Amino acid sequence: MTSQAQVRRLLSLVPYLREHDGAAVADVAAAFGVSPKTLRADLNVLWMCGMPGLSPGDLIDIDMDAVDGEGVIHLSNADYLTRPLRLTADEALALVLALRTLREIAGPDQRAATDRALAKLEGAAQATPTGSASVAVTSATEDVRATLADALQRGRRLDLTYDTATRDETTQRSVDPLRLFVLDGYGYLEAWCYRAEGLRTFRLDRIADAAVTDVAVAPHDVELADLSAGWFAGLADAPVVTLELAREAAWVAEYYPTETTAPGPDGGVVATFRVTDPAWLRHLLLRLGGSARVLSPSGAGDAAAEAAQEALAAYESVGL
Amino acid sequence: MAPRKTERIVNLTIALLVAGRYLPKTRIRELVEGYHGLTDAAFERTFERDKDELRELGVPIEVGGYDPLFEDEAGYRILPSEFSLPPIELDAEEASVVGVAARVWQHASMAESTQSAMAKLRAAGVEPDPSALAALEPSVQATEAAFGPLWNAVLERVRVRFTYRDGSLRTLEPWGLTSRRGRWYVVGRDVDREATRMFKLSRIGDVPVAVSRPGAFEAPEGLDLRTLAAKLDPQEPTAEALLAVRAGKAPSLTRRGRRAEGTPDLAWSADGREGWWVGYGSLPGMAEEVAGHGADVLVVEPVELREAVVGRLREVAARAGAVAR
Repeated sequence: MTSQAQVRRLLSLVPYLREHDGAAVADVAAAFGVSPKTLRADLNVLWMCGMPGLSPGDLIDIDMDAVDGEGVIHLSNADYLTRPLRLTADEALALVLALRTLREIAGPDQRAATDRALAKLEGAAQATPTGSASVAVTSATEDVRATLADALQRGRRLDLTYDTATRDETTQRSVDPLRLFVLDGYGYLEAWCYRAEGLRTFRLDRIADAAVTDVAVAPHDVELADLSAGWFAGLADAPVVTLELAREAAWVAEYYPTETTAPGPDGGVVATFRVTDPAWLRHLLLRLGGSARVLSPSGAGDAAAEAAQEALAAYESVGL
Repeated sequence: MAPRKTERIVNLTIALLVAGRYLPKTRIRELVEGYHGLTDAAFERTFERDKDELRELGVPIEVGGYDPLFEDEAGYRILPSEFSLPPIELDAEEASVVGVAARVWQHASMAESTQSAMAKLRAAGVEPDPSALAALEPSVQATEAAFGPLWNAVLERVRVRFTYRDGSLRTLEPWGLTSRRGRWYVVGRDVDREATRMFKLSRIGDVPVAVSRPGAFEAPEGLDLRTLAAKLDPQEPTAEALLAVRAGKAPSLTRRGRRAEGTPDLAWSADGREGWWVGYGSLPGMAEEVAGHGADVLVVEPVELREAVVGRLREVAARAGAVAR
């Protein structure tokens, strides 16, 4: 913990404790995102601070007996620190971007609340260059977002028209919505899918239509994954495939998560991927044509080769 | 050591806040206990560092008011009106979206910045409560090593130098950062090329270093990152292809196309396929996309597109049974 971070925290802690007289140590620590031990150290520093003059009457007064006894904080004699310090440009912009990201998956009510909160924050931090950063989220249409928000809020089952990527067709599904999230720039709905009889993740931009039903969602014994680990957590058990990518296909190694990459011949890349879905690999190899080659395991490219032969036969049969 | 320093800096802040006038340095040295017992040189050094730290925290220290009693010595003060967060009141709905926003950043120093912003809002009486929106988990990732230095450079308007993937050394006045499809880009003026440029952060080979003082440039008035970043999107359609699509397949193509009417005499329509007109901007890009769908999508016309797709398919088909070398 740098002293700068501590100074920053103390300057907020004083007005906070003035506002929340008798607050519990544990609650204050949670509100500031620190451990009770760190908070206790903060209080030890604070009660050595105060008005210039240095007589005991000039110092901030904290009832340390109450802190150690009942675990509550009483702070007084700090009338000159009634307001927190202004938001820095860094803090304000971080918060503004977070709110704008939330806005991209929100329903109409939450969106309106987000816009109002943004306006108030920007008003309170006027010098913030809010135009100097932006985050785009690939999300659903406004109508679909409104429907999802409504179903989540009222706990209702949803009928989805969903374009699957792997099977490359439009499907109808009944789902119980569980959460909406954003990961790496895309919005997703996580839901219990009655068709798959399991937890499924739906990319918002592929939801062509959604309708709320009158059926209440059922309880499901599922645990939602912690998103902070990203997609990698779910990939750990998937089989490994190594591809040799020519220079014009090298973007693939940047676009999809790789296990390892190494330079290949003529400016290309040799990259190893975790492949959860064979259909994904087949689709990728068909797209890349001659600019990708499977190095291992042998046979991993056969499905793509067969699909290509089937396509060529189809051209033949219809006379194209 | 660290607590003593924190104590000294907080006491300095309070002294400058309550003084109500410019305090000369000699007076500050008397008032703040942490400066007692220091040699003249040590005091000067410590005081300068403390001021820098406070400025980095955003504490507005003003210099001025040359008090005749203290000859030509500069005085310092903090105006409470400049120091304090202006009043901000959020209703319950607004407080809940702000509560959700608090956990959005998946990047250590950005999460810390949000945390500290939340502490200030709480101290100002806002009670962020995300529990009403527990089913919403927006997140922003920034895994690129260049992100932190560039973020600071944008906010401080500092010129930076870095090596791009093509090996070129770039000097950039970074105007802004924008994220699309989970990837960060920096936009600014390339000083050597005297032109507006956009760089993908994952292609920056080293950690950008500052090569100017803060405030070295101004970003253009009305900078619109969204418009600049739109150049990264697929090209606008300039041509149309007639595709024969197996019924219900390839929705990613048909959703942006229209059904072709009046072509029932073609052999492919007897094959259970539907005709779709779909626009495209780049022929190689479209060929790649169509080939990905295999036998589900055939190109009827134009011939150049069909040949490009068939060429790709032949390359892939030739790999059947290929043994890894």
